[in-house]
Amino acid sequence: MTQPVIEMAAVSKRFGALTALDGVSLTLHEGEVLGLMGHNGAGKSTSMKLILGLIRPTEGELRVFGHDPSGAEANALRQRLGYLPENVQFYEQLSGVEVLRYFARLKRRDPRGVDALLERVGLTHAMHRRVKTYSKGMRQRLGLAQALLGEPRLMLLDEPTVGLDPMATRDFYTMVDELRGKGVSVILCSHVLPGVERHIDRAAILGQGRMLAAGSIDELREAADLPLLVRVRTRQSEAALSQQLQAFGVTVTPGAADRFTLAVPARAKVAVLRTLMAEAAIEDLDLEPPTLESLYAHFDATLHAGAPAARDAVRGALPTRREEANA
Amino acid sequence: MNHLVTVAGKEFRDGLRNRWVLAITLVFGLLAIGLAYFGAAASGEVGFTGVATTIVSLSSLAVFLIPLIALLLAYDSIVGEEEQGTLLLLLTYPIGRVEILAGKFLGHAAILGVSTLVGFGVAGLVIAAFGGHDDLGQLLAALALFILSATLLGWAFIGFAYLISVSVAEKSRAAGIALVVWFVFVLVFDLLLLGVLVGTGGEVSQGLFHVLLLLNPTDIFRIVNLTFFEAARTQAGLASIGADAAFHPALLLGALALWVAVPLGAALWIFRRREA
Repeated sequence: MTQPVIEMAAVSKRFGALTALDGVSLTLHEGEVLGLMGHNGAGKSTSMKLILGLIRPTEGELRVFGHDPSGAEANALRQRLGYLPENVQFYEQLSGVEVLRYFARLKRRDPRGVDALLERVGLTHAMHRRVKTYSKGMRQRLGLAQALLGEPRLMLLDEPTVGLDPMATRDFYTMVDELRGKGVSVILCSHVLPGVERHIDRAAILGQGRMLAAGSIDELREAADLPLLVRVRTRQSEAALSQQLQAFGVTVTPGAADRFTLAVPARAKVAVLRTLMAEAAIEDLDLEPPTLESLYAHFDATLHAGAPAARDAVRGALPTRREEANA
Repeated sequence: MNHLVTVAGKEFRDGLRNRWVLAITLVFGLLAIGLAYFGAAASGEVGFTGVATTIVSLSSLAVFLIPLIALLLAYDSIVGEEEQGTLLLLLTYPIGRVEILAGKFLGHAAILGVSTLVGFGVAGLVIAAFGGHDDLGQLLAALALFILSATLLGWAFIGFAYLISVSVAEKSRAAGIALVVWFVFVLVFDLLLLGVLVGTGGEVSQGLFHVLLLLNPTDIFRIVNLTFFEAARTQAGLASIGADAAFHPALLLGALALWVAVPLGAALWIFRRREA
């Protein structure tokens, strides 16, 4: 087993009386993509800054590539790191290519190599224009190009798809998949979730500075035990359906024109489907497993309900199951 | 080392691009030529006046202008990038904080240094060419000393600007403090000293007074350029007291250099210690 890229053990960070991060543990391996989720102020940015070595943990142990990110080896580590801050800003009076060349020099890379990067993020046409004239999406692309400088082994991307149009978002995720294929570890920090599931190996959900849940999507689904939604079209009445499925703990909600939405406990999925196919005269059927969004909402709600049970069940102990998520 | 050059180079190019270099050079050049030509207007005539008069009146104007320009140039160097968000990014690069700050300082120092040299230098050549001075050697020596001390004075205030810039969290605050710093060093300090002098009926020990003058880079600048012209002493007000002292120009320049190093050193120290 190779050494983990990031090892965070019971890390806390306090700013005066404010606890930004409270005993968070996290491990990231080579070629793994982690989605770091959480509401505003949940501790996402603090985690990033800690990993970047911009701030030091108040308590706990943090290692990046086996070293203290704010220690003596910081510069060597940063050589292998790419970071895209939230709402990235650049020197407005410089052109895109000038900005990138400047950062390339700071990363001790050949500044002539930046043209290829600009091409890769689709900014070639605007590379000689001043950044001042760039749209939000163009700035975001320039930020990505900047994060890709020097072929980093670990990338921290804070809200990377904000401001990108759907095509650019798709391109971005393709790029993430490519990076993963090359063994690059990526942390995607986001509260915009739709579409991200297929591109991450694991998700970590933060809330008020604590790790609410962490694991692969499947593990999170298991832990959350959220019902699976089954949408069916059938001539049967609501009462009949309810009666058939009662034993499995299914809730039936009628929709328009013979359509029903069934909330099925994950465990009973196969049994319910079997029953439906055998007895319910189904004309059409749609399966909808809980999305990351609903999982996020679920774990976030545990915060307010004061029910840490779900958290403790999943937290920390889960092995990485990358193959599963990839499949 | 490489990084210092990269950062300084960017800062200097920014200075060229946003016309700082051009503007400062023009201001200094026109100021010098104008003073040399119209300096004697009060006595009813125009035309290039003597070297002593020119340098003395130039230094008493420059002492207001140079600190102001230096502070304006550099007050937002760090806090501006912080507000813009680029500082955060810069700090995640394999570059030390000392390199960032020192590189930026070198860039700003170069902007001011080049502008001072070219502005006053060209003006000096014009004065030398059209002034018809007999004593060209004295003019050049005086001018060289003036340019050197003016540059050091400017760097000292760039140092102050950096100290302000790393200590506050908002650009507008930095601007306000810069204005106060300018006001204190250029006006208030001398008034206070004058007050002490008058209040004690001139009883203050002269030695102490000389040391007090060294506590203000603008006064050092005045004294440097005055000691060069014994004759002009009567025109220079408070600082002429210092001119009596046995301050060697080299010592004064050394004191000015210290005024560059101390605020800059403090700025570096604060910037290294603080969290992002």
